[in-house]
Amino acid sequence: MIVMNQAELESALVKAIQKAVTGVTDETEEALKKAKEDEEKEGPKVQLDAILENIDVGRGEKRPICQDTGTQTFFIQVGEDFPSIGILKKALKNAVKEATHTIPLRPNAIDPISDVNSDDNTGRFIPALHWDIVEGDEAVIHVIPKGGGSENMSELVMMTPGRGLKGVKEIVLDRIAGMAGKPCPPTVVGVGIGGGADLAMELAKKALLRPVGENHPEERIANLEKELKEKANELGVGPMGVGGKTTVMDVKIEYAHRHPASFPVAVLPQCWANRQAKLKIDPQGNVEVI
Amino acid sequence: MKVIETPIPPEKIKELKVGDAFYITGTIFTARDAAHEKLLELEDDQVPIDPSKYAMFHCGPAIHKEDGEWKVVSAGPTTSIRMEIFEDDFIERFGTKVIIGKGGMAERTLKALKDNGAVYCQYTGGAGALMANAIKEVEDVHFLEELGIPEAIWMFRVEEAGPFLVTMDSHGNSIHDDVDEEVKKNLERIRSEL
Repeated sequence: MIVMNQAELESALVKAIQKAVTGVTDETEEALKKAKEDEEKEGPKVQLDAILENIDVGRGEKRPICQDTGTQTFFIQVGEDFPSIGILKKALKNAVKEATHTIPLRPNAIDPISDVNSDDNTGRFIPALHWDIVEGDEAVIHVIPKGGGSENMSELVMMTPGRGLKGVKEIVLDRIAGMAGKPCPPTVVGVGIGGGADLAMELAKKALLRPVGENHPEERIANLEKELKEKANELGVGPMGVGGKTTVMDVKIEYAHRHPASFPVAVLPQCWANRQAKLKIDPQGNVEVI
Repeated sequence: MKVIETPIPPEKIKELKVGDAFYITGTIFTARDAAHEKLLELEDDQVPIDPSKYAMFHCGPAIHKEDGEWKVVSAGPTTSIRMEIFEDDFIERFGTKVIIGKGGMAERTLKALKDNGAVYCQYTGGAGALMANAIKEVEDVHFLEELGIPEAIWMFRVEEAGPFLVTMDSHGNSIHDDVDEEVKKNLERIRSEL
């Protein structure tokens, strides 16, 4: 068995967090550039110009693009035969503390009872860790720090099953119209369908990990995503809610089988600052930010 | 690029219409919920700044000390609607002419803007790095100990900060109201076609 160097892993994780908070994913930037080309009116153009310039500044100066550097959230896919599982949790917590001071990140972890800020972005169940066991001998860590403004616009509807798919579409479009400029559009909207209340929300967030522009591998889900994206962009909310053609960059759907009596629909938007990074650890302990 | 210097003359404000974009050189101060509440409860002679002279920015910056000096890391806008409960009183009492935030404000503020010849501008949400670049100096900070970093009143000297898009002007127009109405109509149509 190979024992990984924890310090090395932590330093790679800090780099991955830095990569995430100081930019947006390449696919997101492409989508924002395209959105700018599509707009005709001055208001939305001004917003998209500022967004794109801001991304350049963040990348150039290694500066967090938004002052809200988010709740540190990780989706971890661990291979069944990955040898160093024992150090991952500790390394993630330490890396968040380190990143808070070195990048720096805004301290965003508050004890909800005492209202005291931990000042290092860690606390009870925080950073938020989502684990998945997969085939193979590698581990992949998705870094997705998520801002409070867009997270606050999330919604869970325990829909009456009789409303069916039409009901799902109504809930998603009502929500996108209702949240207007508040989640900092153009957004990527995660949608979780089915499961229970908890699973629907988790799937909605997990759906955001799929790159912008890439639809669900199942054709029927992909078609639903395309339809909802097209209709959402007919609403006219526009960049930062000042009106315009691009309200969403994508609608991303994940689903689970549901209980006969329940039909949970979770809607969870991600702001235009779609900050993510990915880190791969092979069984020999080699770490790569991808 | 249209650049306006602080203090901003009242006639310049009247010229600004919804849809105009401009930049500011001069001084802006930050004020979120707690700062509004704080300034409004103080007697006139206790208010440490003259809010009529500068632009007000709804912002809680990410900021830290480097070699004893405050350095802004990132400073985007916060959601303005939370300040709706104070803003008309604030504008009435302190005569602030330019308010910068995100997401727009509602009826009470729109009326106060009209009555007092002031404007509300949207600065792009999340564009904190760009703003930090335009902040050349942290001139002062008030109520830091009492209110903490995000809620304190920070005085920033800025050069060509922006773009600020006028979304509520001093003539009673609001892009936010127009967009809301448009979106409502569109949603109704889209829903009927599902």
